[in-house]
Amino acid sequence: MRRPGASSLLLHAALVTTSLISLTPLGWMAAAAFMQPGEANALPPHLLPHDPTLQNFVALFTRLDMARAFLNSAVITVLATVLSVFVNAMAGYAFAKLPFPGRDRLFKRLASALVVPAQVGMLPLFLLLRELGLVNTYAGVLVPYMASIFGIFLVRQYALGVSDDLLDAARVDGAGEFRIFAVIVLPVIRPILATLAAFTFLSAWNDFMWPLIVLSDGHMATLPVALASLVGEHVQDTELMMAGSMLTILPALVVFLIFQRFFVRGITAGSVKG
Amino acid sequence: MKSTLTKRSPLEKRQMRAALWFLAPALLLLLVFFFLPVVAGLLLGLTDFDIYAIGSPGNARFVGLENYARLLTNDVFWRSLGNTLFFVALGGPLSVAVSLGAAMLVDAKLTRLRPLFRTIYFAPVVTTLVSVAIIWRYLYHPRYGLLNHVLGLVGVGPIDWLGDPHWAMPAIVLLAVWKNFGYNMLIFVAGLQAVPAELYEAAAIDGAGGWQRFRHITLPGLAPTFLFVGVTTMIGYFQVFAEPYVMTQGGPLGSTRSVVLFMYEEGFRWWRIGTASATAVVLLLITLAGALLQFRLQKERT
Repeated sequence: MRRPGASSLLLHAALVTTSLISLTPLGWMAAAAFMQPGEANALPPHLLPHDPTLQNFVALFTRLDMARAFLNSAVITVLATVLSVFVNAMAGYAFAKLPFPGRDRLFKRLASALVVPAQVGMLPLFLLLRELGLVNTYAGVLVPYMASIFGIFLVRQYALGVSDDLLDAARVDGAGEFRIFAVIVLPVIRPILATLAAFTFLSAWNDFMWPLIVLSDGHMATLPVALASLVGEHVQDTELMMAGSMLTILPALVVFLIFQRFFVRGITAGSVKG
Repeated sequence: MKSTLTKRSPLEKRQMRAALWFLAPALLLLLVFFFLPVVAGLLLGLTDFDIYAIGSPGNARFVGLENYARLLTNDVFWRSLGNTLFFVALGGPLSVAVSLGAAMLVDAKLTRLRPLFRTIYFAPVVTTLVSVAIIWRYLYHPRYGLLNHVLGLVGVGPIDWLGDPHWAMPAIVLLAVWKNFGYNMLIFVAGLQAVPAELYEAAAIDGAGGWQRFRHITLPGLAPTFLFVGVTTMIGYFQVFAEPYVMTQGGPLGSTRSVVLFMYEEGFRWWRIGTASATAVVLLLITLAGALLQFRLQKERT
């Protein structure tokens, strides 16, 4: 048998190596974002900027309309998060705690539609929004983010644990169903709403295919869409592209670091749905 | 559940009314903007809906299974399907293996700073796919890229990762594994923690070595987790789109065009909505087959 000291050393060497693999691409991005034009193509490669500059970020905001893309992304993501939490919390609670005939069958049917890939409905949805005049609008891109079967599922599983006695006591006191939901249920299910909010925020912020399709006008583009079109014209400007990538990734990373524990809960909850 | 014939109490009626109002927004949104388009997609796949029909839908004709027949003779479609299968067959098992390895590292008894490593491994998961695809495009640069530089230090000759049809798809697989392994790692960690510790203790008393414990306790204990992780990963990988769109535009020589990229090009570049919808239905069928497989295997176990 190996000594514990040796195995611990080996284990931590593996942990650190894997960490380096995870972090190097992001670290290189962060370094290159502050490099002078051309420095990212130096041989041998620079791991840190030798003469750090903010000019790449300045160019993104002044020459290249990325401020608008940032604003578009922020507005769409915040609206998607707020609306999705509101809509799915109500539905998830109803499926858990408000009995009506056929409820559990309806929920099962809904849950089985989780496997349908979003791409199947994308073309018709685009044509529908085109008829409604919603292409190249915030409303158009938001529409499929608002209600989510996964979101309803998450809230329902959590709301099942809300005590019936608590609800009945409120009913005896004469509270209406909406009041009960707003005053009693919402505070109790707050942790899962944070999970749902974190999930929606990150998936809306990072989404690419749907905004690419529905926001074809350059002024409406979100950051990922703007970035993908920028790389077409500026592929030689490595430092500029890394600044743009950093601008896009950073808000997602910050939100993740703040909401990390809620995020982990959502992933493990999703994995036991079976 | 009470029969509909029995008289409902006022409370029951009140709750049913409330349920209607609570469910209405979500169900209406899902109906109009999800279920309706999915059904419409199935139908559009049976028509020759194209750019002329966008202006006046009356121009679209019912053509039966013609779109499907044409797909079967379309080399670009078959190539895309083959590329996607390659991506799934290589990337799926590789992702699952790396996730399990990382989970075992993070979950090991001797590991210090567990939350820190977990956070680091998970960080790529939350990053924007378009951005990391762009980053990796530069890392893969044959001349200036960091990857070839590091490989060069150990004597491996420069590889034209994204320019060589043989390397482009493996390169995209590598990016996908790097980006995604942290997600399944979390699920594996939860699975590892559910394996009873007594089993390991009993095995240690019996003198079982590390490999034997892994083979006879860890792996069987993780079987349900494997099933879930394996199937969801493969279903997700079938939808690969942004990586080839950003890194290679499907090239070189069509070696990285995926099914969804093919669908996107058919639908939104050439406005052949009928063919694109039929492609989406193929994607749906593959996904359903995967889900059915998971369901069957799960039933077999219980």
